[in-house]
Amino acid sequence: MAKTAEKKSKFSKEQYLKWYESMLLMRKFEEKTGQVYVQQKIKGFCHLYIGQEAIVAGTVSATKKEDKHITAYRCHAHGIGLGLHPKYIMAEMYAKITGCCKGKGGSMHIFSKEHNFVGGHGIVGGQIPLGAGIAFAEKYAGTDNVCVCSMGDGAVRQGALHETFNMAMTWKLPVVFIVENNMYAMGTSVERTSNVHELWKLGLAYDMPSKPVDGLNVEAVHEAMEEAVARARRGDGPTFLEMKTYRYKGHSMSDAQTYRTKDEVKEYQAQDPIEKVLQTLMSNKWIDEKGIEEVEARVKALVDESVKFAEESPYPEPEELYKDVYAEPNYPYINE
Amino acid sequence: MRTIEFREALREALNEEMRRDETIFLMGEEVAEYNGAYKVSKGMLAEFGSRRIIDTPIAELGFAGIGVGAAVNGLRPVIEFMTFNFSLVAIDQIINAAAKFLSMSGGQYNCPIVFRGPTASAGMLSSQHSQAFENWFANCPGLKVIVPSNGYDAKGLLKAAIRDNDPVIFMESEQMYGDKCDIPDGEYIIPIGVADIKKQGTDVTIVSFGKIMKVALAAAVELEKEGINAEVIDLRTVRPIDYDTVINSVKKTNRLVIVEEAWPLASISSEIAFRVQKDAFDYLDAPIRRITAADVPLPYAPTLIEASLPNVTKTVKAVKEVMYQKA
Repeated sequence: MAKTAEKKSKFSKEQYLKWYESMLLMRKFEEKTGQVYVQQKIKGFCHLYIGQEAIVAGTVSATKKEDKHITAYRCHAHGIGLGLHPKYIMAEMYAKITGCCKGKGGSMHIFSKEHNFVGGHGIVGGQIPLGAGIAFAEKYAGTDNVCVCSMGDGAVRQGALHETFNMAMTWKLPVVFIVENNMYAMGTSVERTSNVHELWKLGLAYDMPSKPVDGLNVEAVHEAMEEAVARARRGDGPTFLEMKTYRYKGHSMSDAQTYRTKDEVKEYQAQDPIEKVLQTLMSNKWIDEKGIEEVEARVKALVDESVKFAEESPYPEPEELYKDVYAEPNYPYINE
Repeated sequence: MRTIEFREALREALNEEMRRDETIFLMGEEVAEYNGAYKVSKGMLAEFGSRRIIDTPIAELGFAGIGVGAAVNGLRPVIEFMTFNFSLVAIDQIINAAAKFLSMSGGQYNCPIVFRGPTASAGMLSSQHSQAFENWFANCPGLKVIVPSNGYDAKGLLKAAIRDNDPVIFMESEQMYGDKCDIPDGEYIIPIGVADIKKQGTDVTIVSFGKIMKVALAAAVELEKEGINAEVIDLRTVRPIDYDTVINSVKKTNRLVIVEEAWPLASISSEIAFRVQKDAFDYLDAPIRRITAADVPLPYAPTLIEASLPNVTKTVKAVKEVMYQKA
């Protein structure tokens, strides 16, 4: 670790500081999410991204704000990374009208049109064709925007992936497919779901440029994404990146984690992606103790503000029930 | 006024809308170079090019989802299913994505998309190619479901569907594509959710939609010969349903027979019957009757098809029963 950090760093001080603060916010926000979930202030299914933050951070830094993003239901960090104020995510999980989706989506369905975040989707693999379709629209409209379409390792076993990869490659759609391979589809390890354990190789069946990436290293994520995004922008079509990562927490909040050992979790926590960025900042003397404290204070303030905002916000009124089902304002609902 | 085929009426709607709005494209199996499995899109590739008339591989789940993704990102896709039987492998993207996008995003992303193609039976095609799923889609909030019975309606309703800002299921029939219809020369649009009283009558109300309207109308002709004056209503849209037109008719005729091709359980006829008993209970002079497909997968043999599907004889018989007349 120390040896790596002593090398001349690949990115600017500002970039590392940005990554650090953004990833720390994701981490602290979700730690708080876990706490308030246990207090039953958040209900429903809740999937934490803790341990995987480098993927979103490196993706956001390698894309521009006009690019579109879509993912599955492990989606809080994506919203935060794209700049959605975390209070709107917390309020959403609290089921409040002030949430980013007015309390109609919850933890699994974080959306922010303002930040080109096309959601949080609940059917494993369902977002894969959607991401290709978003990219299709960009190409059709003649923009150079790309769509980043993320999924978990469970999703690669869905037929939707294979149909979509085929068409995305045939039509050279500007999409970057990312599999966040945290090694477990809920409680089922990658090895137990297929003969093909190197997930990036699935792209090769469609001649799609594909490769594995150290998803615990934000620099590696950024570099791989930069290359993939450039390929998409210049009209050369999709890329499939297997981000090798790890989630520290269970699949969801009700996971006893009998499928893995505590030692395995510790082994990965020792390679923590946020710690790596901090080491680079410190070894370059780009941040000191006081600087670290300032970042932590800002992050804590945002998390505290988010919880306060969520707790003080009202639930949706019953009149909200028939809104946002149809774009048509006068749809005649059956209301007996 | 011109006389054209049903498929041409659909094509005119598509062509007119695509000329008007650059964001509309047509995607599906065999829609471009093959000119459409049922020739609905004949000539469209030549006019609009491969950017807007797009052949897909046989991958309904994938291209339905690509359509939904494009719809939430500024386009107005028309997705053709070669038949709605094949839409079942794509139904996740219709129900879980298209119908949910606006709601679960709290109103941020609407999904203006049309899924269209033939529904229900079309000859001796056996059970996997003969299913009527209108009620399946109509059950789902977030969708609108149109089932036209003739070319005139099809054109006006397809244009409305394409311009609609919500996802629309538009269900045709292989057995209607060659039907002739009279079409006015100028542009027209038929609003979604408005039924059409095809024949005024006083003695009994017959409600149907889609291809089976032919049965309903032919039955009315037969009944006329026997002195029974039936009012015949074409729902045209099964989500939303124009309940008012049906209920006002029943209040006049006091008798109702519903004819449709779906299976009986939880069908459009079940829904209409519920609503009529609730809102017009005191006006009914007889129990509501319905003709549906038999409660079985449709077999191949013509004798079994005849026994299964709605027809004029069954409809006339049901009407006479609600009139308390001998068959």
